Formats: sequence, structure tokens, C-alpha cells
Amino acid sequence: MANAQLPILEARNITKRFPGVVALNDVSIQFMPGEVHAVVGENGAGKSTLMKLLAGAYTPDEGELFFQGSSISFNHPREAQEVGISIIYQEFNLLPERTVAQNIFLGREPSRYGVVDQRQLMRQTQAVLQRVGAETMISPDAEVKTLSIAQQQLVEIAKALSFDSKVLIMDEPTAALATHEVEILTRLIHKLIANGMAVIFISHRFTEVFDLAKMITVLKDGQHVATVAADAATPSQVITMMVGRELDQYFPELARADEIGAVALEVVNGSNAKLHDISLKLRAGEIVGVSGLQGSGRTELAQAIFGVEPFTSGRILVKGTERPIKTPKAAINLRMGFVTEDRKAEGIFPNQPLNDNILAPVRALQALLRRIKRFGTAEKPQLVLELVQQVDVRTPSIQQEVQYLSGGNQQKVVLAKWLASTCDILIFDEPTRGIDVDAKASIHEMIRDLAQAGTAVLMISSELPEVIGMSDRIVVMWDGRISGELPAGAGEEAIMHLATGHQESHRTAVPEPRGEGTLEL
Amino acid sequence: MTVKTLSNVRSLMRETRLPPVYAILVVVFVAAVVLDAIFGRGQITSSTILTNMVVRSVALGIVAMGQTFVMLAASIDLSVAYLISVTAVMASYLMQGDPNRVPMAVAAVFGIGAVVGLVNGLIVSKLKVNPFIATLGVGLVLKGLLNASFETFVGAVPRSFQTLGYGQIGPIPISILVLLAVTIIGALVLSRTKFGAHLYAVGGNVETSRLSGLRTDRVIILAHVICSLTAVLTGLFVVSRLRSGAPWVGTDGLYDLESIAAVVVGGTALSGGKGGVVGTLAGVLIFGILDTMFNQLGVDTFLKQVLRGAIIILAVASYTIRSREKAA
Repeated sequence: MANAQLPILEARNITKRFPGVVALNDVSIQFMPGEVHAVVGENGAGKSTLMKLLAGAYTPDEGELFFQGSSISFNHPREAQEVGISIIYQEFNLLPERTVAQNIFLGREPSRYGVVDQRQLMRQTQAVLQRVGAETMISPDAEVKTLSIAQQQLVEIAKALSFDSKVLIMDEPTAALATHEVEILTRLIHKLIANGMAVIFISHRFTEVFDLAKMITVLKDGQHVATVAADAATPSQVITMMVGRELDQYFPELARADEIGAVALEVVNGSNAKLHDISLKLRAGEIVGVSGLQGSGRTELAQAIFGVEPFTSGRILVKGTERPIKTPKAAINLRMGFVTEDRKAEGIFPNQPLNDNILAPVRALQALLRRIKRFGTAEKPQLVLELVQQVDVRTPSIQQEVQYLSGGNQQKVVLAKWLASTCDILIFDEPTRGIDVDAKASIHEMIRDLAQAGTAVLMISSELPEVIGMSDRIVVMWDGRISGELPAGAGEEAIMHLATGHQESHRTAVPEPRGEGTLEL
Repeated sequence: MTVKTLSNVRSLMRETRLPPVYAILVVVFVAAVVLDAIFGRGQITSSTILTNMVVRSVALGIVAMGQTFVMLAASIDLSVAYLISVTAVMASYLMQGDPNRVPMAVAAVFGIGAVVGLVNGLIVSKLKVNPFIATLGVGLVLKGLLNASFETFVGAVPRSFQTLGYGQIGPIPISILVLLAVTIIGALVLSRTKFGAHLYAVGGNVETSRLSGLRTDRVIILAHVICSLTAVLTGLFVVSRLRSGAPWVGTDGLYDLESIAAVVVGGTALSGGKGGVVGTLAGVLIFGILDTMFNQLGVDTFLKQVLRGAIIILAVASYTIRSREKAA
């Protein structure tokens, strides 16, 4: 038992450089067996780099890793896995078309003369599924694509256990899970550490960090800020360590009454396959926040208004005139813009230069714009340069391909793109998801500036502080409907009641929901 | 009633795990019988014509099995048609009508095939050249070498070797048995062996496979070797029916594009990792039925091609629509 005092895994003076950045600078951390260790920090703080180094996907430039007291180095993730370090990435490494058993034992199938021993494979799979407590939930011969995200995660964990892992690293394990699924995961993690495993995880959700972790390590700009015991720190202390300032200062001021103008957009009884009876007004100069849980129809609402998945019944009025919006092009023609949640898939052309990205909607509209003589010489690089400066994109040149920019900067490019087309109505879907605190604050300011300039803004966000801090009015969605509307400054509790489908009158009976966290960053 | 039978068919297919292409196969066959009864001579169901139909599918069928393997690995092989020509020419050239030279000639062409497959696989996996270009390039090299050496029919296969193309065991043509054997072996390799599992994995996601410790390059190379060997077998079958090989037999048969079409119609994803040889067999038979039907009805050759093309697109579009519906 003397061993219990020794770290199972230790990083000593680790430095990792990438072209142009020091991703990790002289970081030393000890991970103890039987403990959950959370690693927190802003985006770009070096968390993922650290995880990949521990899991053998990267090799450190300086410093050493120690496993059970002896120095160790990996050339391939497989080598780390073989000594007992497994990693579960946010994007799962599973083959959707193959069965659970085939996935778990891929490359290690029990076989004789090259022929897979199916019965043995099923038996072994059943055994590992049992270890994660999923033997009744998941069948070994189910195809992975038929499983829920939570079940797939259990399969990933089962796969890790099948290597007899002593260290399990998880990158944002709860990001895609519903509340009750988080509980299943929590129970499982408790079971794993009870058996002496060390669990290391990255999370942005502070509720879970403080629920689960014994130790919390804070990284900032590639530096190790501190490692503290979870029960000796408060969330706001940890946040202060991460960002070096208090949360409250982030948000620009709300609109004054005289800044809010005429109704720019009105939806009357809009419905489609996923939305029911949506009625909504959006005024010039106003930011309306849309809140709601995962799957409540938030994104679908934006897509319906913007003509991606249009309403099949009901009406849309733009500046008082009824307009059918059946395609995004129709929406753009009406001077609407949509800053999408999924930047990679919908918002940017990753392998085109910044310049072309920003000008894409302008070019799509050129004919129209020329007619109204507002953008006669839209192709001037000056415009792009101005916008790049305005939204503060950090880029060596406007000819830089967007795929090489960081997540926060990509988001700013998407923003600049819509600024270039001078919209009257802008829809933001998760404008600050996955970007660092500094970039967040500047994006918030930009959104407010736009509203002050007369733009009507609809802002969808899963982060309650953002909705509360930014919105002049808050619309809450539940089950494809608008379950209620709240004035500026409404409390988190009031929003969560509507978001979980409870009426105002039941307020006192409902416990405060967890998960869709109040302290999310 | 038809709705009910349709749902019965669906549940039956789910239970037997037959790929959905078999539903299309049944539809095409029924349509062919009906059309032939109305506009033709109503003989399409006679055993002679049915047997002929399958025999005609054998050449395409064998190489399509190999093509299925490379396409499951998310690769593709455009060199098969040229390799079939090379095999046909080299086999008849080396045999020179002498039964004693058959084993040597067969060994030689399989050797050539293995080398071609190895080269294809190495270029695709090690040099990371897009498989379209890699195998097209190898195919053109083969074509050039062949045209430089031979101009027309050369040599001949001995009568005994023609048993492969024309022989029968009882009432069943040997060629059909060969196609069935290749299909069954292919299906077993895919479903039962580690190589099969790894092939699906590599085609499904190379990076996941690599992180799971698979030697992904080897899997891709082996798939290409298998494909080339099936092309050689097709070449031998073709030359056994023609008696002598000419440099154009493979390319005239359109074995490259037709085998790819048969695989895709059979339900194997172009992106890899999904499908199998059982589906490919149905894809090949669909082509066989269409050809026979068009012949029976005396459809113009060019119209035939138009119809074939349209049917390929319809079949593949129906899968896309199905999977989109499932996703929704």
C-alpha cells in the first residue's frame, strides 16, 4: 500500500512547441491512482496538448513522463495503451458501421488461423461491458451507429478497460451528454477510481469538475498555474486563476429603451416537423436571447427563420411585409445573416483564404448590392482589412487559409463575413462556443455594437450567463415550442424552469436542475 | 395486398440479413419476365436462357468480387480491365494450345496479377496517391506494354482448358460454380476473418484503425492483391471462352467501370467500410438480367446503354434516399 502514495503518472518539466507557439511550458503534474484529476483552462491553455502527450499522441520537446515511478516515452498511442494509459477523445474513435464487439477488440480479435472466434469475442465483450455496468444496456453485436452518444461513450470506456488501463484520460466527457447520462458516467467513474484507476479529464463544466475531481489543475497560456484540492477551492477562485479576472465584467450594457426600434422580424404561428406554433418578434436595436436545453429546437428555430429548414406553415414578416423564406438565399436577400454554431461545417470555407471567406455573401449578393449602390466596389481589400481589424482576427494576412486560424479567430471570420454584407437581422447560434475568454468578451462587445447600430439580433446560446448577460429579452424553448419569454436580467432559475417545461406557477416545487451548468465557461 | 407482401419481404430481408439490393434484383427480374411475356417471346424463364444469363455474368462477377474488396477499403481499382487483357493474351500466348503448358501459364498470369496488385496497393498506401489515379496509371502502363508486344489474337488455349468456360458438372456449368465459390469464399473472408474485420475498419476510418494498432497499409495492399487476382481469374475465364486472347478483350468488356457499378449497385459504399460481396453478386445478376432482357426484346444497343446507365443511377439514388430517411 506504500505504492498508493506514489503517483501513477507524472509529467516532469514538460515543454511542447508548435510552429509559432509554446503550447506547454515547463509543466509538471502528478496524477495519483484512485483519484479523479480535472484539468481546466481557457481554450488554447494547453489542456489538449497535455492530454495528447500523456496518451502518446505527441512526444514532448523537453521534460519527461514517469509511469509508476519509471521514465517512459511513447512513439505511438498504441504504446501508451499497452502500458495502461487510454484516452477517450471528444470525437469518438469508433466505427459506426461495425458492432460493439468488433470496435472494442479491433486489432485484437480472438482468432485461430486468422479466423475470428466469434463466441470468444462475444464472451470477452460481454465481460468488459459488465465492467462498465452496461451489459444490459448494450448488446455486443449492436452496430455502433444505432447507439446513443452516451452508450457510445460507454463503449469507448469499455474499450479502454479492455486494455487493463490504469490511467483513463477523457477530453470533455460530458459535453454531449444529457443530465441523467452524466449521472451514469459519474457513477462509473466512481467505480473505476474505487478500483485504483486514475481518471484525468478536461471539462468546461464546473459543476462536474467540483462534483467529481479530487484535484484540479489550472493551465493558462501553456503554463501550469496551480494544482489545488477541489474541496479547498471555490469555482470562482478557479475561474479567477484561469482568466485572472472576475466573471461579471464580461458583458456590455443592455440596450436603453430609446435604442430599440421598429419590429424587424416577426414569426406568426410558424411550424415545421421539429417546431410547433412559434410566434416571435424581433426589433431593430435589440438582442433577443434564445435559451433552451439540448434538443429543445433552438438551432432548428434559427434554421427555420433563415430558410435552411423552413417553416411549413405560419408566416414570416420582415419589416411588416410578409415574406416567404424558403432558402438561405431568400433570407440573405432580405438582409439577414446567420452565424452558425458549427463553424467548420456551415460557417467557413476552411481551405480558402480569409479574404474569400469574408466576401462570400457579398459576392452572392453583388447583383443586388450593385443595384442599391451601397457596395459598388465591394471587392476592395480595404473593406476586408477594416473588418478584420474591427473584429480583431489575429492573422498574418488576409490571404491566410482559414483552416489554419484558431477556433476563436474562425468564429470572428464568420462574424466578419456577415458584417461585410451589412445585415439588418443577424442570427447567432452559439456565438462563443469553444472559444477563449478574451475572444468571448470581444465578440460580446461586437454583437452589442451591431445592435446599437440598429441591427436586430437573435442570439441562441446554451450558456445561461451569456443569455442573461447579453439579452434585452429572453425567449426560452422547450420541446420545439416557445415555452415562455422573460425580460432582461431574468434569473437562471426562471429560465431553467421554462427550459425544462415547467410553468412559472410550479416554480417552488422544482429542484434546481444540474448539468446544463450555471457555471459553464 | 402488395403493401403487406412488401413489408413481409422487408422483415424477411432483415432476418436473413440480405442486402437491400436483393429487393431490386427481384423487381428487375419480375419486370423482365413481364416485359418479355408482353413484348418478347416469353422465353426468358426457360432454363437455357437463365443459365446463359448467369454464365454471361460470370466474367464480370468474379472481378467484381475483387473490386468489392478494394472498395470496402475505400480504394478503387481501374486497372482490372487492362489486367484482364494482359491475362487473356499472356495465357493463350504461353499455352500455345499445349495442355502441358497450362499449369505454367496459369501460375505465370497469377504471378503477374499478384505483382500488379502489389504495385497498386503500394502506390495507394505508401505513396498516398489517389487510388483513381494510381490504378488508372498502372492500367495505362499495362496497356502500353501489351500493345507494344501484341497486336491481335495470339496463341490459343488447349481444348481441355476450355472446360473452365464451357464445361458442366451434371446440368450446372462449371463457370457458375466458380462464381459461386469465389462469392462464398469472399463472403467468408469478409465476415469471419481478422483480415475481413480489418478491411471494414480501414475503409470505415483509417485514423481510428491506425490508433487501434492496425497496420492499415498492409490491409489496403492485400485488398489490391486480392482484386488483381480476381481480375486474373476473370481473364482466364474470358480466354477459355474465346480460345485465344487479344489485347482488347478486357477493355472492350468494360470490366473496370462495370465492376465498380456492380459493386455500388450491390450496396457497397464508395467511401468504404460498408457493404459486401453478397450484395455485389446481386448487382452483377441485375446487369445480367437487363442484358438478357434487352436481347430478348431486341432493344437497340445504344438505347440499352442509356437504360443501363439510368438504372444504375436509380438504384444508387434509392440507397441515398433510404439512408437519409433513416437519419431523419
